[in-house]
Amino acid sequence: MKKMITRMVVFCLFCLYAQGMNAQETVLLKLVGEDKPRKEYVKYAFKSPRVINGHSMEFLAPGTMDFRILHRFGLLNQGADNFFGLDQASMRLSFDFGLRRNLMFGVGRSNFKKELDGYIKFAPLMQSTGEGSFPVTVALVAGMTLNTLPWADPTIKNYFSSRLAYYFQTIIGRKISEGLTLQISPTLVHHNLVPLQTQPNDVYAVGFGGRAKVSNRMALTWDYFYVANGIETGVNYHPLSVGVDIETGGHVFQLHVSNAAGMNERAFITETTNSWSKGEVRFGFNLSRVFQIRKNKKLTQ
Amino acid sequence: MKKLIIVMLSVIALQSIQAQDKYFTKTGKISFDATAPKSPEDIVGVNKTVTCVLDTKTGNLQMAVLMKAFEFERALMQEHFNENYVESHKFPKTEFRGAILPGTSVNYARDGVYPVQVKGKLTMHGQAKDVAAEGKLTVKAGKIQVQSVFTELLADYAVAIPTLVADKVAKNVKITVDCLLEPLK
Repeated sequence: MKKMITRMVVFCLFCLYAQGMNAQETVLLKLVGEDKPRKEYVKYAFKSPRVINGHSMEFLAPGTMDFRILHRFGLLNQGADNFFGLDQASMRLSFDFGLRRNLMFGVGRSNFKKELDGYIKFAPLMQSTGEGSFPVTVALVAGMTLNTLPWADPTIKNYFSSRLAYYFQTIIGRKISEGLTLQISPTLVHHNLVPLQTQPNDVYAVGFGGRAKVSNRMALTWDYFYVANGIETGVNYHPLSVGVDIETGGHVFQLHVSNAAGMNERAFITETTNSWSKGEVRFGFNLSRVFQIRKNKKLTQ
Repeated sequence: MKKLIIVMLSVIALQSIQAQDKYFTKTGKISFDATAPKSPEDIVGVNKTVTCVLDTKTGNLQMAVLMKAFEFERALMQEHFNENYVESHKFPKTEFRGAILPGTSVNYARDGVYPVQVKGKLTMHGQAKDVAAEGKLTVKAGKIQVQSVFTELLADYAVAIPTLVADKVAKNVKITVDCLLEPLK
């Protein structure tokens, strides 16, 4: 009987010990259980809301302003006399504002044709992960350009509306992996007035843009628009730009070579008069600096 | 004899019922401050979705922090934090697994403030490191508040600071933990 009791006590002590051991070993965090992965929007598909020339699927964060300075130089094949095109520069200044996660707008001015432009960009659907995820971002852009040059022929009756052109774009993009983002953007450019009867008022184009990250702070980018109508052989061409995005703390530099000189949708889609096949490419850069206008107030609460 | 068995079994049973020794939260707060003397702006990130579990019986303390849940005053800072510094896509979670040192006596049944020392392993940015920190436990109305302030060297976790901003980001980061734990049922 005594033996039995001793055994019993030993067994019980062992049980207690084992229980204690067990508690030591468990990963406490597992006791709480993982939450279902919540819906999370995919961010940072591009370093900037522009691929190079065209809009990207990326939006500015709410409360931020992007000040952009764009330069397009002369043709590289002009040689050393013109410092490979750097003697000539065409530029555009712009301010873009992030309003919501999926809403932004911007205004800019190019010195070519003294043209003002503005747009609004909205994404009804955004790429996300977790519960209720969606595979792509679908963004809609509506923009307008205003040519402010003096009238070409002041002797005839001119209409203000003749200065205007519009563009409408749908961007469907996906950050396929951390390193690769691709997007396709069907676009319509409408001119109220075209210089020649042979030129269409409505030009349809499809943009193909992408980014491949080289490192955390550097990426290769490309931006091509296939122009479906209004291309006249030997006069205008499909714009193709290839570049690198370099991020240096507060700035993003988008350095590239392109056959396009225009810096708004109307200009680079319908007025690209140089050809890669003839070696007519130019160097250009976009400099982007993002400022926080409205700070995230949730933090201080 | 039968009595003895009953007593023994009830001791074991009681112990498992009495598992009211674990406390937890999923809304703990951890903030960090990497502001250097030459920083043009405060580099402060706040995370309010920290999971923390404390086993009062063993003193084991564990925390899990989702890196993407750190919020900043400036969106660009948040982007750089995720994309360039902690690479939250590669290393989404930071974990601490440690214990309150046995030397400190905490009476979890009695309200009060107890200074404690915690030791354990902190795994961040794919690097695990043994850390020790001082903090305090505040027991009040059946809840336990875990608080601590300590500093960690970014270089220990392979977080690279580019030379361009080397004097604008602190090499030592001050980390503040504040978690209010409730009984785990």
